[in-house]
Amino acid sequence: MKILTVENLSKSFGGIHANRDISFDVEEGSILGVIGPNGAGKSTLFDLITGFTKPDTGKVRFFDKNIFGISPDKISNLGVGRTFQKLKPFADQTLLENVMIGAFVKEKDIKRARDRALEIIDFVDLIEKRHHFAKELSTGQRKRLEMARAMAIDPKLLLMDEVTGGVDQKTIPGLVELVKKLKKTGVTIITIEHNINIIMEISDNVLALDQGKRIAFGEPKEIQNNKLVIDAYLGTFDAA
Amino acid sequence: MTSEIIIQAIVTGLMMGLIYALIAAGLSLIFGLMEIVNFAHGEHLMLSMFSSFWLWSLFGLDPLFSIPITILLLAFCGIITHYFLIRYILKAKMLIQICATFGLSIFIRSIAQLLWTPDFRNVDKPLLEGRIEIGSVFIGQPQLYASLVCLVAFFGLYWFVTKTETGLALQATAQDRHAAEILGIPSNKMFAIGWAIGLGCVGVAGGMMANYFFIFTDVGINFALFAFVAVALGGFGSIIGCLYAGIIIGLVESLGGLLIDPSFKLLYVFAIYLLVVIYKPQGLFGRY
Repeated sequence: MKILTVENLSKSFGGIHANRDISFDVEEGSILGVIGPNGAGKSTLFDLITGFTKPDTGKVRFFDKNIFGISPDKISNLGVGRTFQKLKPFADQTLLENVMIGAFVKEKDIKRARDRALEIIDFVDLIEKRHHFAKELSTGQRKRLEMARAMAIDPKLLLMDEVTGGVDQKTIPGLVELVKKLKKTGVTIITIEHNINIIMEISDNVLALDQGKRIAFGEPKEIQNNKLVIDAYLGTFDAA
Repeated sequence: MTSEIIIQAIVTGLMMGLIYALIAAGLSLIFGLMEIVNFAHGEHLMLSMFSSFWLWSLFGLDPLFSIPITILLLAFCGIITHYFLIRYILKAKMLIQICATFGLSIFIRSIAQLLWTPDFRNVDKPLLEGRIEIGSVFIGQPQLYASLVCLVAFFGLYWFVTKTETGLALQATAQDRHAAEILGIPSNKMFAIGWAIGLGCVGVAGGMMANYFFIFTDVGINFALFAFVAVALGGFGSIIGCLYAGIIIGLVESLGGLLIDPSFKLLYVFAIYLLVVIYKPQGLFGRY
């Protein structure tokens, strides 16, 4: 079953096309990897799907519900979670409070919201840090915090913007394992990722963007052999 | 000078300080939530005092009993202010935001002068009157109860913001509205709640002060200035900082007036403000 269907989605900012006629769909329970060079429009696509930026034209459907242009809190309440490339923890609150704020969406009782938050914090392996303020955590731990907070709303679809971005090499495998563990819970994931090896390893499908346009969509193997992708992205990567 | 006089000044300062603290907490809550300074805070205080006055004058309701109505009226006023003015300027430049709330202050004061004239009014024979004597220290009953009610309201506010679901959602919105929105927290509703609570605080303070203060259209100006100093001293966005700052201001005003010269009471308070701005601009507990 399709959990998300995007059709001809476009957005321009003062004549610059951030996203042009982008179409794709996502199967429930799968992982879609989104790749593309800097400025390809990946984060803008996340903003359009999650309601932070109003699209100009196109269609966005979550299951059968049209979510085109509705506000982020309403989209979140339908079961769409998100993490940000630039981390946005509630720095002056503890890890537990951060996750509890998300848990309140589904659970109004404070004790039960706390229990649910603790379960999730345990899932992301940060239970010992539960009473630490978010600002005291390392970047890798804050990435886990963001994932925990997004999970707290019990999402059916989770959009993750560069989970492994900005962390050291030693931290990356743990985060990748966490994404895989998350998939096993049945959550559908769309992830933006710069590390092409990770994308190929975890994704069921890959969407490649360049200059705001979709240049390829398909299974990782097809994408690896796609000439447009190699020219726009993989080639540059290999050369680097 | 005897120690009794100094103790008297300390008690008076503490009682005033608790009122300043609650007024400042409302201001700080609104600022912490959306980084907008409510320059009409003093006028909102004036409205709450007039609310108490008219409820007494027209319906014979003592200010002590009309407090819940005054709080609700001010909270409603906060919601109206958000939906009809503030939400349109949330993303505007700071200068526009300043002009908007400053303009609102002039608007409210002018309307009040037009409707009610600049006359001084007071509530005659309120239930809370007289004074109690402890040793050689005299404590006015209206002042004592006003400060106690403000203290209870202050801790109620603190409990609400730190321990309840809505309070945590308010804190989340204050820290990062986008991160809060993606957790299903509607920021616009949170802002309206913030304004309702912020002005509700002023409703408590103004309602209690109506027992013993003259009520006139300019009454809020000095209180608002003190509230700004308290917010700067306590730290922008910090509610608990307002409590300490309010008490410090109350004590400085009272003791300065006693020990140096009462005609310069305002000067001492604003000297503190300048010292804070120069040496600790983030205030005692501020996060900015």
